[in-house]
Amino acid sequence: MAATTNVAGAPKRRRRLSLLTRQDKIVLGLAVGIPAFLHISLVWVPTFSSILLSFTKWNGIGGLEKIQFIGLDNYVNIFTKYPPFWPAIQHNFIWLGVFLFIATPIGVFFAVLLDKNIRGTRFYQSAIYLPVVLSLAIVGFIWQLQYAPEEGFINNVLGTNHEGAFISWLGDRNINLAAVLVAASWRHIGYIMVLYLAGLKGVDPSLREAASIDGASERQTFFRVVIPILKPINVVVLVITVIESLRAFDIVYVINKGQNGLELLSVLITQNIAGESARIGFGSALAVILLVISVGPIIVFLTRTFEEPS
Amino acid sequence: MTAVAEERAIPRVAVAKKRRMRPGRVGLHAFLIAISALWLFPLLWCVYTSLRPYGDTAKNGYVSIATSLTFQNYFNAWDQGKIPMFFLNTIIILVPALIVVLLLASAIAFAVSRFSFRFNLFLLMLFTAGNLLPAQVIITPLYRMYLALPLPAPLSTNGNWYDQYFGIMMIHIAFQLGFCTFVLSNFMKTLPKELTEAALVDGASVFRTFWQVILPLCRPPLAALATLEFTFIYNDFFWALVLMFTGNKRPITSALNNLQGQFFSDNNLLAAGAIIIAAPTLIIYFILQKQFIRGLTLGSTKG
Repeated sequence: MAATTNVAGAPKRRRRLSLLTRQDKIVLGLAVGIPAFLHISLVWVPTFSSILLSFTKWNGIGGLEKIQFIGLDNYVNIFTKYPPFWPAIQHNFIWLGVFLFIATPIGVFFAVLLDKNIRGTRFYQSAIYLPVVLSLAIVGFIWQLQYAPEEGFINNVLGTNHEGAFISWLGDRNINLAAVLVAASWRHIGYIMVLYLAGLKGVDPSLREAASIDGASERQTFFRVVIPILKPINVVVLVITVIESLRAFDIVYVINKGQNGLELLSVLITQNIAGESARIGFGSALAVILLVISVGPIIVFLTRTFEEPS
Repeated sequence: MTAVAEERAIPRVAVAKKRRMRPGRVGLHAFLIAISALWLFPLLWCVYTSLRPYGDTAKNGYVSIATSLTFQNYFNAWDQGKIPMFFLNTIIILVPALIVVLLLASAIAFAVSRFSFRFNLFLLMLFTAGNLLPAQVIITPLYRMYLALPLPAPLSTNGNWYDQYFGIMMIHIAFQLGFCTFVLSNFMKTLPKELTEAALVDGASVFRTFWQVILPLCRPPLAALATLEFTFIYNDFFWALVLMFTGNKRPITSALNNLQGQFFSDNNLLAAGAIIIAAPTLIIYFILQKQFIRGLTLGSTKG
């Protein structure tokens, strides 16, 4: 602390610290220590263990001494000999693409519409936002009532609810990912809308007025004035979209345990955790691949959040 | 004074609104009404299905006008699905987790935002990054850790963390600490520095400064976080699915996985079950919508 380079801040700091009694320092130590210990030991220790375990082979039977170091074998196997891997990666990226290029822009679009001081905006917001409070597992349940082959709403309306005509929305591996993405977007769009709406409300109205006085159209104002101001919120929305796409799990798991066209990286990891098929090193290697994909957006978020205070 | 000012303001607003009601506006409203209806439809359809007797839908199909409406499916789902037991499991995990996570997050946020430590920034970055990790990144080692970590009798029935309420509670606390600390420390940074300094100069201990000066000022973000974290923890599916082996000990959202097919044998029952399970978060949403939205946006905007 004494070695701080911040000359102006140094005396202030020292004075404040001198006010602290020994008891105060213990209290502060615990205030930082307990939460930090919990978070690091249950979140970061497993994260780094995943990385270490990914270079090993272990079926979980026997103690830690049974762990064999096998180098990059797990990764080689995943890339070359593990049939569900590439489909899962593909599905994750389709998920990401749909969220990024369809759901998120729709959410932003709704936010822009609802930002225009209109009557009943609270009702519209509540309706669009409603699915966000539901878990994706419940969302899966609710949409099964739409998608069920014989009893579902959609097939009944299309007249495809009888033998021979069935459209198996959740069973057909060519269309079930799209069907699930409609349900997942139903929730994601509301989420983005709320985040963006909060950002739009924070835009200084005089900026828009100035733009319109200068003869800018509504569209020009939005793209040239509002969007650039909203850069921070754009980053948040982008990061959330990517992370949510990578986290996707619950909805495919309640529908069919993430098989038959609904494989995702998160599902493959879960399949390797326990039971007879437990492959801890292999599952960890899959987790590391997910980690590597997540690191990009996490770093973007961190730099965005922590660049200014310094 | 204010009353007069408001009175005067009202006609002006009304005029402005009337003037704005152009054909474009009508189209906008029509569009938004259509979108709202589309958005509400899946949930309303679920409610409608849940209120129809199975016999009615079996005879007339699901897309038909109901001949009678009844709550019988709700009673059946409640009993057959053992809903009260699963709700209790959720409460056992959720209530302590919620209190502890808010308390610990306030404590560390207070320490890092009001005092200068060497690791302040590093810790905050760690917490913020931790909150963004997908759960599956950590689950495999966590599962092994839970099997290996000892836990004494009243908290554990098998001597370790796996398959215990305590274990699920702890991972919620550890994981959600990231988000809560991030939000609370951002908020506490906006409170004037003089508050803490004055209290300390006046001889208040650090604990008293935290408990009686800073914490009461944090009611708004705490209320927002409590609302949001309630839904986050209530809606958790994954942790309990992997870390809780005994089906009857799982919280209600994870229990969905067993209930489907096994107890909710027809769509009407499934619909009623879905509504029962969604009810607590829907009720929270209707009552505390403002808190809920503030919580989400606090996490995305600085300070």
